[in-house]
Amino acid sequence: MARLNVNPTRMELRRLKTRLKTAVRGHKLLKDKADETIRQFMVLIKENKRLREETEGEVSAALRSFLLAGAVTTAPVMEEAVAMPGYSVELETSEKNVMSVMVPQISVKEGDKKELYPYSFAGVSAELDGSIANLSEVLVKLVHLAEVEKACNMLADEIEKNRRRVNALEYVMIPQLEETIKYITMKLDENERSNTIRLMKVKSMIENRT
Amino acid sequence: MRNNKIAVIGDKDSILAFKAVGADVFHVRNYFDAAETLKKLARSYAVIFITEEIAENVSEIIARYKTRPYPAVIPIPGAQGSNGFGMNGISRNVEKAIGTDILNGN
Repeated sequence: MARLNVNPTRMELRRLKTRLKTAVRGHKLLKDKADETIRQFMVLIKENKRLREETEGEVSAALRSFLLAGAVTTAPVMEEAVAMPGYSVELETSEKNVMSVMVPQISVKEGDKKELYPYSFAGVSAELDGSIANLSEVLVKLVHLAEVEKACNMLADEIEKNRRRVNALEYVMIPQLEETIKYITMKLDENERSNTIRLMKVKSMIENRT
Repeated sequence: MRNNKIAVIGDKDSILAFKAVGADVFHVRNYFDAAETLKKLARSYAVIFITEEIAENVSEIIARYKTRPYPAVIPIPGAQGSNGFGMNGISRNVEKAIGTDILNGN
């Protein structure tokens, strides 16, 4: 590993030693952070997978039964039936801090569900009622899925970034600092020795003269 | 800003049902249309569901919103059933975070 391009002085040595201390401490902290983030991520991703498996089937089923319900009437009737929904879903959104990653928190606002079926029952088939009731139940789950999946996305990103930081510290920064500190210490020791020798030489020269 | 509502982007068959349950639906004809709609909706909606088939083709735009808390762009299966794009997303996340897909491995 290449050492840093610095002057081998005592001041530089002291500066590098503090930097090394900070780097080692930062590395330890980041490693702990990585462990905990991965643990949280595992919990979330498992829930994400479970939710997705559940909802995927349910959404397809609900949509299919909706299509089937549409098949017995004509397309314009169908469109007219759902053209003016009785209410619109409101969400409650906030942010939550998971290992210093701001992940969203989303829930469906419990509004007054006045009328789930915005059409006259005379015009459409009974299957439509069922599929809409199903779908509005799935929608709550889907919103939960959205929250969890988003959190997973963001945590995965954070874990990747964090890993790069840990690796950069562990394999580049810290070895470099250690090597440079060693180089400076050796250089200073060498200077010390040559100084002593010079003094001894001078002393013997003076002694020989007299 | 955010209007705390749900948007659904997809083909006509898949989204009509969502309209009935109170989400705002946006019908797109082609992928270019989808990309434009998504960009526009991302500014205001908190949650955007997008059918897998379309999500697959505008994935680079979806990736743009991945690291932000809002909007949450989530692929959902359409009326034709799931093609596995949503599940792949989970596997990709695991791979990105841990290095190998440990959920589907066992």
